[in-house]
Amino acid sequence: MLWEENMVSSVTRLAAGLAAIAGVASLSAVEPVLAQSSVKIGYALSRTGPNAGGAAVTTLPNYEMWVKEVNAAGGLKLGDKRVPIEVVQYDDRSSAEEAAKALDRLITQDKVDFILPPWGTGLNLAVGPILNKAGYPHLASTAVTDRAPELAKRWPNSFWLLGTSAGASNTLVELLVKLRGEGKIGDTVAMVSVADGFGIDLSAAARPALAKANFKLAYDKTYPVGTQDLSPMVNEAKALNPDVFIAFSYPPDTLGLTEQARIAGFNPKIFYTGVGTAFPLYKSKFGANTEGVMGIGGWSGDSAAIKDYLARHKAASANGAEPDRWASAVTYASLQMLQQAIERVGKIDREAVIKDLQTGTFDTVIGKVKLENNLPTKHWWVGQWQGGEFYGVGPASNEGARAPVVPKPAWKAP
Amino acid sequence: MTNAIFTGLMLGGMYALIAMGLTLQYGVARIMNLSYGEFLVAASFASYWLFTGWALNPLLGLAIVVPIGFGVSIILYRVLLTPLVRRAPTRDALEVDSLLATFGMMFIVQGIMLTMFGGAYFSYSFLSIPVTVFGETLALNRLIAFGLAVVFGLALYLALTRTRFGTAIRAVAVDPTAARLVAIDVTSVSAFAFALGGAMVAAAGVLVSMFLTFSASSGVIFTMKALMVVVMGGVGNLLGCLVAGLALGLSESLVATFVDPGLTLAVNFALFLGVLLVKPAGLFGRAQR
Repeated sequence: MLWEENMVSSVTRLAAGLAAIAGVASLSAVEPVLAQSSVKIGYALSRTGPNAGGAAVTTLPNYEMWVKEVNAAGGLKLGDKRVPIEVVQYDDRSSAEEAAKALDRLITQDKVDFILPPWGTGLNLAVGPILNKAGYPHLASTAVTDRAPELAKRWPNSFWLLGTSAGASNTLVELLVKLRGEGKIGDTVAMVSVADGFGIDLSAAARPALAKANFKLAYDKTYPVGTQDLSPMVNEAKALNPDVFIAFSYPPDTLGLTEQARIAGFNPKIFYTGVGTAFPLYKSKFGANTEGVMGIGGWSGDSAAIKDYLARHKAASANGAEPDRWASAVTYASLQMLQQAIERVGKIDREAVIKDLQTGTFDTVIGKVKLENNLPTKHWWVGQWQGGEFYGVGPASNEGARAPVVPKPAWKAP
Repeated sequence: MTNAIFTGLMLGGMYALIAMGLTLQYGVARIMNLSYGEFLVAASFASYWLFTGWALNPLLGLAIVVPIGFGVSIILYRVLLTPLVRRAPTRDALEVDSLLATFGMMFIVQGIMLTMFGGAYFSYSFLSIPVTVFGETLALNRLIAFGLAVVFGLALYLALTRTRFGTAIRAVAVDPTAARLVAIDVTSVSAFAFALGGAMVAAAGVLVSMFLTFSASSGVIFTMKALMVVVMGGVGNLLGCLVAGLALGLSESLVATFVDPGLTLAVNFALFLGVLLVKPAGLFGRAQR
């Protein structure tokens, strides 16, 4: 895929070069005004390194699918004609320095018209100042940070579409409070979190929220990234017999914790795991055992737009890969927003596009989006696997929210 | 308590399993293989592919992947590493040269896996069935991996200590110059040891893939863990490998159960440092003269 695009772009570049030579040779240049022949879009993604796993599921397939779809329709509509997208891409090797270098190169050397953001909170924070300085719109769709409102203010070109960690934790606790009020769960909570950005932020936000709601936090431990055996924690948690198990975990741990809980027969009324719960891999690995598992993310699985998106994603990606049920749809929606803003402006005018993103209303796969202070007004924070689909269940006020299935049914033998 | 010990033993067995191949490659052939973890992950991918594409039981898959691991390693040693071995004036120089060569190889293997499978996480379910041992619930796939680690470790240990060829391998590990004097073909023995290490890493990759989530980029974690176990146990010593692996696994699970899961890494490294301070050549290593 990488080469195909590079080849296409080098072929078009060659063609453009030949055309230019031909133009110079036939000195009788009738039309001196060079019409824009392509819109150059650049991105640096983590193709290698620790971020590659996330980028390969959530970001790259959406970028590729969007470019393919736009070009199949003839390109982006600038004024009254369509201009195809040309892609320039690099590997940031999951490193902030490499990402910064790649973006500098995209801006100064490749002179791209627009830049799509990298995957993950860390890298989005790292490239924020560069995109701000160069005046490119920055649609961060895979970053969860409590500083989102502050950053959106400091860098008016940046849009933080995935929300804040406080939002994630508070929504979860609100849901727990509601379920306790309905008499479906008790007071005891066991929580584990990975000792890295995501786990630290979310557990730090969850602790006071749980305390304020008078939940009893019976077990609260962190574990290092890359822990290969999580069974001691699962066994400890099981011994305390909590009503709710919360894990702010990374994908390998999410899979490991679920597997271990199933083996140990640890089946609390609410079983919640972190990043990775919404991955198609989770479904393919655990099958019927996903039923009732809650996790971060979710989407309106009943909406026609999402169903259509799921089908297109499966058709577009190699071996029919499905999107994840959290940031994938948001990422695709961010591309739709960018496209609609560009087409409304009608020319490559980054300042006007940023302005349109700040003020316009957009029709996307996740519904109508209108940003306030560069942030969306609603997010899906808690999802639950129900009948093989990961539906959004929290916040309950979101359109298309399903009622959570509590208590979680017992684990089945695989 | 029993649960923590069982978990620790199984984790330790996995660490020992991961490290056994490296101790052969590093201890005997003196190749500091930095692409070790990548080969392990490659074997995991092979197992995944056989399991999901051909519905082949990973334990049967061992019969395919392990010989391939052996074959690939012997070709690698003959083609890529033999020139380095010939050129190196001393064994220390060979260590440095092989370090650089295998560092490059790491990127090649990783690149091949990335183009074949992409960067996403992979995982499959095989025998993740609870079994009860002495009243404790354990995962069958981890238990099998542990059992096979013990079997492989014992078989290798017996082969190295009880057979003539095994003695030759150990002789090369101890002193290649003297080994040559008693008519041991050092180059062939080194190649064989390197390939045996390759077979071991393939076995480890297959077994580990039954219960761990992996991606094309996760090799470095395994290289690091293996290196730690090998250095701690004494380079080239299988028994040391087993003891060091078990010590790390046990300390990790005991600390996670009774103190705090957040301190497992710290305890691992404290143990590692402690051993090196008392015995700089590792638990079973012989001091350099």
